[in-house]
Amino acid sequence: MNRIDQKFKEENTILSIYFSAGHPNLEDTVPILKQLQAAGVDMVEIGLPFSDPLADGPTIQESSTQALRNGMTTEKLFTQLKGIREHIHIPLVLMGYYNPMMQFGLENFCQRCQEIGIDGLIIPDLPVEVYQEESQDLFNRYGLYNMFLITPQTSEERIRYIDKVSKGFIYMVSSASVTGAQSAFGDVQTEYFQRIQDMHLNTPTVVGFGISNAETYQAATSHSRGAIIGSAFIKFLENEGVERIPEFIKSIRS
Amino acid sequence: MNYNVNEKGYYGDFGGAYIPEMLYPNVEELRQNYLRISAEPSFKKEYDELLKNYVGRPTPLYFAKRLSEKYNTKIYLKREDLCHTGAHKVNNTIGQILMARRLGKHRIIAETGAGQHGVATATVCALMGMECIVYMGALDIKRQAPNVARMKMLGAEVRPAQSGSKTLKDATNEAIRDWINNPVDTHYIIGSVVGPHPYPDMVARFQSVISEETQWQLQELEGRNYPDYVIACVGGGSNAAGLYYHYLNDERVKIIAVEAAGKGINSGESAATSALGKEGIIHGSKTLLMQTADGQITEPYSISAGLDYPGVGPMHAHLFRTQRAEFISIPDQEAMDWGLTLSQMEGIIPAIETAHAFAVLDVRRFKPEEILVFNCSGRGDKDLDTYIDYFKL
Repeated sequence: MNRIDQKFKEENTILSIYFSAGHPNLEDTVPILKQLQAAGVDMVEIGLPFSDPLADGPTIQESSTQALRNGMTTEKLFTQLKGIREHIHIPLVLMGYYNPMMQFGLENFCQRCQEIGIDGLIIPDLPVEVYQEESQDLFNRYGLYNMFLITPQTSEERIRYIDKVSKGFIYMVSSASVTGAQSAFGDVQTEYFQRIQDMHLNTPTVVGFGISNAETYQAATSHSRGAIIGSAFIKFLENEGVERIPEFIKSIRS
Repeated sequence: MNYNVNEKGYYGDFGGAYIPEMLYPNVEELRQNYLRISAEPSFKKEYDELLKNYVGRPTPLYFAKRLSEKYNTKIYLKREDLCHTGAHKVNNTIGQILMARRLGKHRIIAETGAGQHGVATATVCALMGMECIVYMGALDIKRQAPNVARMKMLGAEVRPAQSGSKTLKDATNEAIRDWINNPVDTHYIIGSVVGPHPYPDMVARFQSVISEETQWQLQELEGRNYPDYVIACVGGGSNAAGLYYHYLNDERVKIIAVEAAGKGINSGESAATSALGKEGIIHGSKTLLMQTADGQITEPYSISAGLDYPGVGPMHAHLFRTQRAEFISIPDQEAMDWGLTLSQMEGIIPAIETAHAFAVLDVRRFKPEEILVFNCSGRGDKDLDTYIDYFKL
């Protein structure tokens, strides 16, 4: 069984953390993963840095730029992650833009993911139609789940379609925005969370974008199976460092 | 072979819409409506009237007598430099703002590199009384002060793009992020034949007025409606797409595309995408683009700010791959020299982008009876500082 499915079977509420590989320091990837697992995080999304991350807000853009400056590449990340499954047992998802994967060679990319024990991919600029046409067979062959995004603007018909194609979970973007932390959710978001919950989708939903603290985590997970924190975690890493990760996780789940 | 876009939004291997789900509703709304709206009689009427009375179309197809004598061939210039705002860009912004109004949008965003498309967008927003926000790389804002001032005078807000390399590609990223954050009331006027489908096709259609006019003008002047060559400079490729459009599937007409070699193709400072680019994804489109082996998009260079885009429109990538068009790249120096030559032989000071196209005359031989149409895509006013510095005028 894919580790993502296993996790959703075992846990009621999933806390997932995103960070940009190679940031703050090039060799932080494995120490961050170990800290996150020890702190009880359920799943991790490892960001593959890109020069032009057009779905991301300033925090993730800057971390991505810094990671590239530090010398992060796709090959470098795979090298860092080699043997990671000796220590890390929670689901690992790679999140990145399509172009670097294409240049690495899509099949080669998938093969390396499988060797390492990556469970799935999130590729924001790979729409579901293109995925079905260009990459679904390949991803299936290497046991990789591809997770799709939905937003408050996504039509019900399209959500049903995405639900049908999806494996693992559906990434529910909290508001019409690029990534970035918010301190609270408003009525519009709560209504949207409720609307999706009432659709009773087959695939579990996890809320991302704008989750920054215990309050937004609570609000998101009361209507979905989990939440993803990116920008707020990256800011914490920059200011507090890898060693203090447990405090961040504790502050979210308190 | 057909060189137009297919029903899925591809030109051969290139094109498509590689967009985040957050952009899907906007792009899909446009895709479902752009052909229908632009075919409506009321749309066509308004578009044609504005092109005539506001932009100043048709632009002349001018026989360049002295140049023709010197190169012993028949050289025509399609005078897009005479359009209001000084370049072909306004053909597209007029079309798109009419489209935006019919889609019920009241806020306009745009990206700009040198500022020409920003000015053309700010102009039509002033014309229609619509809010206008132009994203421009922080570096470009410093380099292109007169155009920044123009946009401000026209009532637009110019927002600096501080991310990445702080130039055109980053301004485009910022405009896309703005659209993600404002999915309901905003239309994004892309300035070239780039971006996700339907943009490359929509922009090409709005620019196709260039070759539509060329057809009847040539008929009047030469007794046939097609030339032997159509020649244009290509950055993203909108002026070229406009000149090629009605000749794409006419094999009697040879197509030449001129890219900016910058300081030389192998100098590391170039914008010759066809020579240096590899297939990939940029701004939602599969096309040829300049990038590292790891798939990071690199910063191009040309002395002309309008040609230093790291990609090329998917139509042009297809014309290149199928060899329907011949691609030539011209270094800064030759382009600058042609700025002077055209000024002194024909009394036309061209934009530096435009000057690149004419350098074809030095690298290719043409027969006396052959008819060449160059797209004289923009005037050189905006480049005066560069010309002054370069020639110590």
